[in-house]
Amino acid sequence: MEKKTAHIKVADLTMAYDDFVLMRDLNFTIFRGDIFIIMGGSGCGKSTLLKTMVGLKEPALGRVVINDTDFWRTSGAERERMMKRFGILYQGGALWSSLTLAENIALPLEQYTDLEKKHIRELVSYKLALVGLSGFEDYYPSEISGGMRKRAGLARAISMDPEILFFDEPSAGLDPVSAKLLDDLILELSRSLGTTIVVVTHELASIFAIGTNSVFLDVDRRTMSAEGDPNMLLKENKDPGVRRFLTRGQGESE
Amino acid sequence: MSDDKQANLMPAQLKCEPLSQDTLSVSFSGSWVLDQPLPETDAIGDMLRSAPDCSELTFDTDSLAKWDSGLLTFLVKLKHITDSSNIRMDLRGLPDGARRLLVLASAVPKREGAEKIPEHKSFLEKTGGAALEAINTIRDSLYFIGDASVAVVRFVSGKAMFRLTDLLLLIQECGAGALPVVTLISIMMGLIIAFVGAVQLALFGAQIYIADLVAIAMLREMAPMMTGVIMAGRTGAAFAAQLGTMQVNEEIDAFKTLGLQPMEFLVLPRVLALTLMMPLLCIYSDLLGIMGGAMVGISVFDITPVQYFEQTRGMMQPGHFLLGVFKSVVFGIVIALIGCKKGLECGRSAMDVGSATTSAVVTAIVFIIALDGLFAVITNALGI
Repeated sequence: MEKKTAHIKVADLTMAYDDFVLMRDLNFTIFRGDIFIIMGGSGCGKSTLLKTMVGLKEPALGRVVINDTDFWRTSGAERERMMKRFGILYQGGALWSSLTLAENIALPLEQYTDLEKKHIRELVSYKLALVGLSGFEDYYPSEISGGMRKRAGLARAISMDPEILFFDEPSAGLDPVSAKLLDDLILELSRSLGTTIVVVTHELASIFAIGTNSVFLDVDRRTMSAEGDPNMLLKENKDPGVRRFLTRGQGESE
Repeated sequence: MSDDKQANLMPAQLKCEPLSQDTLSVSFSGSWVLDQPLPETDAIGDMLRSAPDCSELTFDTDSLAKWDSGLLTFLVKLKHITDSSNIRMDLRGLPDGARRLLVLASAVPKREGAEKIPEHKSFLEKTGGAALEAINTIRDSLYFIGDASVAVVRFVSGKAMFRLTDLLLLIQECGAGALPVVTLISIMMGLIIAFVGAVQLALFGAQIYIADLVAIAMLREMAPMMTGVIMAGRTGAAFAAQLGTMQVNEEIDAFKTLGLQPMEFLVLPRVLALTLMMPLLCIYSDLLGIMGGAMVGISVFDITPVQYFEQTRGMMQPGHFLLGVFKSVVFGIVIALIGCKKGLECGRSAMDVGSATTSAVVTAIVFIIALDGLFAVITNALGI
């Protein structure tokens, strides 16, 4: 059995908006190669936790340690260097609307690598093919459907072969078939590239299908109430909030 | 069930009478639908107040023909009244569907603290708040100017990260794109200045000095200022709207997490584009203004073309010309910085994009006029 090494460690994390404390005392570890689910009811601060981990919002208290470096205590330049190793899929895709799909994916490659234009074009086609959008290179984000925009956003997120992938509600707004396809893609990326993947979601089907580790954020108590493999939590965890969530309101604690 | 058409004609009626010492009976009859005038809960409220022993409310809907949300709204209001007076509502007399909807509407109590209470601030509080806001705005603006300067330094040393394609597109947009409107306004300016001045000068037979008037007015003041105001409305607004919309769509976040600084990637090319194009537009405006004046002088006031241009040439001192061009460069930088700043600090809704755009234009114009005044004072003091 491979020994799992910690990739991201969150310690005593508290997030707040001015006076309002969103979540406090979060302590959990994401291991290398995990598909880590951040879940909880609406308004519990899942997206804010993601923003804190990727460098968009500074926490009020606590630490985020990535590969033994304290993310928020290190210098701005070092943090930027670390952020370049992340790939992020935003909720709506957040593609740059005045650029074509190919230009969207090529942008980080152009800025950070010395590859020739021809190679970049080939790389872009490959990434688009991986997400099933072969042939859509010269389309603008406004010309494709919501589901396709998400996949294009994913192609951009993986363009630089990132060390850690972050997904913010990837199945939101997708039909069941597209959601399954996206799950399969996530599993494939994890298996073939060994990327550590952090997913913010509340789609139960996805959580059980792809999650290997998770944290449950309790919106009423404003802290975390469970940690571990979602399938194990379903079997063993007794917390009423967690049970209600994982069983879609059917099984209250026995 | 009576004929639907007939039911439509029946007005909604409410009757309320005590059944016993502690029970009040409420009867609904007619069509309780939204497109009819419906009774208010006041009658029942009054009855409840005059019968303090009442502890229960029952309903009679035998004569109720049609009902929709109109009835439900009434019932919900009634429930608020009975809940606050500890009176029970016996829902059995209500139609089945209405009863279930009423139960559903009352199922989740109003969340504590969720309702927004309008704050009433005194005039003094508002003034104080505005002053503090102003200090914050000034501080943020200084940060912004500082960051922008750093970006320019990085550009000069070749380290700035942005796309050349973007810069070229912006130059085309700001420069070539603005020519039609600048042409129109500059010619009109020249025409107007010439005409207004000439009427007075003609009284002294001094029409020839129209040429001087137009030249000095355009070169020193009107060309840079009018071009500035045009570009503020045209390009300053566009920058604010572009960056504001990107902010709403999380596109700016996507840049940041990719390690691309919005200041270098988005703001810098815009500042460069306007800084390069404004002086050119100003010179163009100078020329067209003078031509506009010439049109008036030659056609209306019998000045020959040669005379007009000779007179103009006499006024074309480097001092006037360079001052105008210098002003236009400053205005260009101001417009670009303000437009971009307003766009980047835009909120996350469509309405916020509109506010950011308006604010960008107004602030830029105010700054242009203020700076123009400042330059006037300085040049006067220096005797330029």
